Amino acid sequence: MTLQVRQASKAYDGVPALTDAGLDLVGGEVHGLIGENGAGKSTMIKLLAGLEVPDSLSLRLNDAALELPDSAAAYRLGFRFIHQELSIVPALSVAENLFVSNPLPRLAGAFVDWKDLHRRAGSVLQRLGIGHIDPRRRASGLSAGDAMLVKIASAFIDEDEGDEPLIMIMDEPTASLNSDEVELLFDVINHMRARGFALLYVTHRLDELYRIAHRVTVMRDGRVISTHAVADTSTATLIREMTGRSVDERSEEISAGQHEARLRLRVCNLCTDAVAQANLELHAGEIMGIAGLVGSGRSELLYALFGIDPLLDGDIELDGQSLTELSPAQAWELGIAYVPEERRSQGLFLSDQVSQNITLPHLDRFGALKTFVNEGRAKAHSRRLVESVALKITGLSQRVRQLSGGNQQKILFARAILAQPRLILLDEPTRGVDVGAKFDIYRLIRELSAQGASILMVSSELDELIALCDRIVVMRNGRTAEVLPSAGLSENQLLERCYEFS
Amino acid sequence: MTETDRSPDIGPRLSLTAFLRRYGTLIGFLLIVLFFWTQRPQTFMTFPNWVNITRQMSILAVVAFSMTIVMVTGDFDLSVGAMASLVGIVAGTTFQNGGSVAEAVALSLLVGAAGGAFNGLLVATVGISAFVATLGALTVFRGLALYISGGASIFGRVIPAEFSSFGRGGIALGKIGETDLALPNLTLIAIISLILVFIFLNYSIVGRRLYAIGGNMEAARFGGIRINRLRLLSFVISGLGAAVAGLMLFSRLSTAHPTQGEGLMLQAIAAVFLGMTLSEESQPNVIGTLIGVLILGVLANGLTQMQIDTYIQQISTGVIIILAVTLSSLSGRQFRDRRWLRRLLGKMPDANS
Repeated sequence: MTLQVRQASKAYDGVPALTDAGLDLVGGEVHGLIGENGAGKSTMIKLLAGLEVPDSLSLRLNDAALELPDSAAAYRLGFRFIHQELSIVPALSVAENLFVSNPLPRLAGAFVDWKDLHRRAGSVLQRLGIGHIDPRRRASGLSAGDAMLVKIASAFIDEDEGDEPLIMIMDEPTASLNSDEVELLFDVINHMRARGFALLYVTHRLDELYRIAHRVTVMRDGRVISTHAVADTSTATLIREMTGRSVDERSEEISAGQHEARLRLRVCNLCTDAVAQANLELHAGEIMGIAGLVGSGRSELLYALFGIDPLLDGDIELDGQSLTELSPAQAWELGIAYVPEERRSQGLFLSDQVSQNITLPHLDRFGALKTFVNEGRAKAHSRRLVESVALKITGLSQRVRQLSGGNQQKILFARAILAQPRLILLDEPTRGVDVGAKFDIYRLIRELSAQGASILMVSSELDELIALCDRIVVMRNGRTAEVLPSAGLSENQLLERCYEFS
Repeated sequence: MTETDRSPDIGPRLSLTAFLRRYGTLIGFLLIVLFFWTQRPQTFMTFPNWVNITRQMSILAVVAFSMTIVMVTGDFDLSVGAMASLVGIVAGTTFQNGGSVAEAVALSLLVGAAGGAFNGLLVATVGISAFVATLGALTVFRGLALYISGGASIFGRVIPAEFSSFGRGGIALGKIGETDLALPNLTLIAIISLILVFIFLNYSIVGRRLYAIGGNMEAARFGGIRINRLRLLSFVISGLGAAVAGLMLFSRLSTAHPTQGEGLMLQAIAAVFLGMTLSEESQPNVIGTLIGVLILGVLANGLTQMQIDTYIQQISTGVIIILAVTLSSLSGRQFRDRRWLRRLLGKMPDANS
């Protein structure tokens, strides 16, 4: 089976998002699709899903022309999509979620045949090798990985009714999975491939491509730059094609910084609902990383330091001042800034303008009479920051919804640094961000530290922690277990420290 | 898109559906006005009649403007009508006990603020959904009004003349032909509250923060907004608005009946919804609310002039609200996430848990 996509073009309000793009999906093959945020990957997916009306698009399945008037047509033709944001209904059972696009088995024409429902759901889960998920349980308790697998399994529900192999399109499925869950997902992908599926796999993680993809298409600025057999290409080539620059040029931008010796932050025996015990000392201008497995209390330590989770015990001292009864509002006032992990749900106001998003926590600082918004000064600050974080926008009044993930993340950075904070808390600052924006963010973190700000960052990307941080705190089971200097540390060593005793 | 469409001078083209979605409610309003104008050419489009409309709508307007503030944060207040009734009874009882107008007004505003704070504490601090909390408050306020009044109306000589004349009086504007024209005091209060709410929502820091809370509550909290405090404040303002409306109603009718404000709540929420259709991002906004109030007011006035049954009036009002909201959700990209609807449903008690 071959699906040929040709002449895919789409412009929004006259701005082209996708220009004459094309690729071939072949049954039994995983086709990687990579590119920086804003390169046109999502638009491509939306056209294939029938969610957007293309300006032009030609589709041929096994040399027969296809039309995709809407998403129902895409579904009938056997297209299945795993979107980045999971659409699991938490209140329903796993089995009901599996049948969400299909009629539930009936009893006497009017009632749900629960027995048959659970049997069929269970057999699909077994077939995919994910029998550890009980079809009867409520979906609300599923981990991110299991929820992803349930969503994938739902594509297989009607196949025993003699369906042909499908086209499965996955948009960054591993973004919120831990490494065990990724392995399970890869098993399922291999299973689908073996059954003759054509898979389109969108990702930011190049190492994943080398593990599961056969061919890879690189996009940039709405165009297809190249398609390679994965075996015949190198990471350096792919990065160069994605960014238009070479790797060497970029990695120079990360180099070890220096820091003053003055103590900025002291955390002593900190304890919250999710953190058992944390101790650390952070100096002015220092970049400190927090490493640990998912669930080790990394994000929750930041929550405590930003006043989101209440302290049960322990002390936080900022420049010698003891912080008790901290709230996020107070934290901003004290010069603590925070870039949250979930930028859409915890950070941004998607339907508001860029400048409103940047200035929100700081309105008091430049308000007239401390009561009214001083629009002029707010805009002036925003303009300055747009420049310093290299934000690509059409204007300050652009809606944040329209921006790519990398640019959205930069907005949160702009917000964080507006008032020259003393302490900056970063949670997964480069997650879901394209390579270009990633390096912009690294440069920014370096600059902030050079200006004397102290940075505490959580990241799952160990290479990033090692390259960027002066020291790394390892967390295990809710405790800060040890502090490692990052100089000379290898990823493997760091990973071993994360796993020990856990 | 072809090359010629990409001229930088011309903004994005507005398709017909986009145009209807954006301005449909406004066009509908103008059509309604035109309709009554043609049906009652002698009386409808006259200055005295419009002054009359503004007076008739002034009470609803005050409630709807303060309701807009609560709805900006994504909540709503079902107790405003009951509060307006309760305030009438509180003021009337004050008069019965020999209180002055100033004392009655002060006590009424205090009751309004306290009732709003009660709602606000339930919603913001305790964390009950606004639907349940204000529905409960509605029942409590109604019960209180009935209990205090013993179920009877307060009227007659016990009400100071200066209080009841306020609701009927106005500021003289001069003469048109034979008739004296005056700006009704009630209209004046509505205009003042419009200006206050407009400045508050659009130019004050707190106002912008309320919009942020409505946009994304968690992001607002992480962004340093003291959300509990501001949500509480929005309910207090709503309670105050209801109290002012209750006093206006009492003054205009010279009667306080323990259920006389009940119609206000649904109409106020309807006006805010109508107004939301006029905003690009479907956010509550006070100018939109004003249009919504005018639509309801013109409908009531025109249909009455045409001597149409009040029951039919209710049906047509309902149909128009549904039409307007349907129109604005027509294939709307901005509307796709239907934030207010999800929020409304999300706040309903979850049957599964």
